[in-house]
Amino acid sequence: MTRYFTEDHEWIDVEGDVGTVGITDYAQSQLGDITFVEVPAEGTEVAKGDSVSVVDSVKAASDVYTPVSGTVTAANTALADEPELVNSDAEESGWLFRVALSDTSELKSLMDRKAYDAFVAEL
Amino acid sequence: MSEDQSNDNDIAEDQHGPQALPLDAWHRARGGRMVAFAGYHMPVQYEGIIAEHLWTRENAGLFDVSHMGQLEFSGEGVAEALEALLPGDISALKPGRLRYSLLLDENGGILDDLMITNRGGEYYMVVNGATKWDDIGHLREHLPDEITMTHLDEHALLALQGPKAAEALAKLCLEPAFPGMPKLDDLKFMQSGPFFWDGRPLGVSRSGYTGEDGFEISVRGEDVEALAEALVALDLVRPIGLGARDSLRLEAGLPLYGHDLTPETDPISADLGFAISKRRRAEGGFPGAERILALRESGAPKKRVGLALEGRMAAREGATVHLGDAEIGVVTSGGFSPSLQHPIAMAYVDAAYAGEGTALEIEARGKRLPARVVPLPFLPHRYYR
Repeated sequence: MTRYFTEDHEWIDVEGDVGTVGITDYAQSQLGDITFVEVPAEGTEVAKGDSVSVVDSVKAASDVYTPVSGTVTAANTALADEPELVNSDAEESGWLFRVALSDTSELKSLMDRKAYDAFVAEL
Repeated sequence: MSEDQSNDNDIAEDQHGPQALPLDAWHRARGGRMVAFAGYHMPVQYEGIIAEHLWTRENAGLFDVSHMGQLEFSGEGVAEALEALLPGDISALKPGRLRYSLLLDENGGILDDLMITNRGGEYYMVVNGATKWDDIGHLREHLPDEITMTHLDEHALLALQGPKAAEALAKLCLEPAFPGMPKLDDLKFMQSGPFFWDGRPLGVSRSGYTGEDGFEISVRGEDVEALAEALVALDLVRPIGLGARDSLRLEAGLPLYGHDLTPETDPISADLGFAISKRRRAEGGFPGAERILALRESGAPKKRVGLALEGRMAAREGATVHLGDAEIGVVTSGGFSPSLQHPIAMAYVDAAYAGEGTALEIEARGKRLPARVVPLPFLPHRYYR
C-alpha cells in the first residue's frame, strides 16, 4: 500500500485500484475542533480536484477535494456520530471516503510523505 | 482541502502589517495560535475552541481584548455633546455606571456599538478594534472643540468571564482607589470603579461579551502581563482565544459589529431598541432620529433573529434564509454551539417571519438546512444583578 499527499492537505492510501482518502494531521490541527463531516454518497462519480466532502470546524467550513478521479465505493459512516475522529486520528480511523480509481496515472502528480513533510515545513 | 469561510483575516491591516499588543509574547509562550485580527496579532485559540468555550461557561476565562479602542472624553457639556452622536441618555448615566450604546450616522445606520462609562467627571468609552480609527475620526469631526478626546492607546484591556470570575478576581485583593469608591464585591452588572492592585491602577467594570458574570479590566500596558499572569496562576482561570469569544457571544445572542451590525443596519431592525433611551425617544436629537423613531412606530421590514438548526452542519455569514421558494433573509453570523451541541445562527429575516417558532430553511453549500426561529439569547444570561 502506498500513501500519497496533495498540496491541499489530503492523503490517499492506494491498494490495487482503490484509494482511501482523508485529511492530514496537519490539516486537522489547523482546523481545530471538527463538529461535522459531510461525506460523498456511495456511487458518486468524482473527478480529480472536485470538492466532494466538507469538514466543518467551530471556526470555518473547509472543502475536501478528491485527489483522484473515479467512483466513490464507501464513506466513513462513523463520522456521523463522531466527527472528532478526524481530530484525534486524521490519518487512520478518521478517513473520509474510498474511491475506485479510473486513472491511476493521476497518482504521479501527488507527493510522497517526505515531499509532503517538506511542503508543510515551508508553510 | 481549503478553508473558505474563515473569519480570522477579514479586517484590513495597515500597510505595516499586523501590530503586536502588550501581551503578544505572553500569548505565544502560552501556546496561543496567533492570527491577524483588526490590525493586530491576536490569539485565536490555545488548547482548542470547544474546550475554552466550555471552560468559560463553567469556570473563568481570561480574554485579551487590547485591540479594542479605549477613549476618554471630558470638557464642559461633554454628556450633551456625546448625546448628539449616540441615542443613549448619557446625562442620566450616574457615576460608576455604564451602558451599551451605538455610534450612528446621519441616516441612523450603525457605525459601531460600544460601552460608555461615567467615570465621574469624564466619560470612558470602549469601541471595537476594527472600527476604532474610523470612530476616532468621526467623533473628533463631530464633537465640539472644547470636548477633549483622549485615546488611551497605552492601556491594555482584559476580560475575565465566567461563573467563577468574581471568586477569581477576589483573590487578587483589589483596593478601591479612593475612600468612598465601591469595593469589588459591591459592583453589580453594568457598574464600574477605579481600583489599585498591588499599587497598579485598574479600571474595573462588571460587564462582558459572553453572557456570563464577569469583569472588564482596563490596565496600563506595562502592568498587563503581571495581571494576566496573576490571574492564570489561579486554578479557576485559563486564557481564552478569539475563537471561543465568538462562539460565546453568539450563544449569548450578542451582535458582532461588521457582521450582525453595519452602516446598512439600523437599531430597530437589529433589535437594539433598548439602546435608545426613553428620554431620547421622546426628544430625538440623535443622528437618524427621524428614521429610527419612524421605524420604531411602524416596525422595521427586517429583524435580527436567532435560528436553531437541525443536524450538525453549520450555516455561516452570507447563507440565505428561505421559506419555500421565497428568499426571506440572510445569516449574519453562525456556527456550532458548543454548549447546545447543535448549530445556531443570527439572521436578518422579513419581519413577517420573525416570530418565535417559525420554520425556515437556510441554504448552505447547496443544501437546505431546516431551522426555526428561537428567542435570543440562545443560552440564558447569567449576569450578577
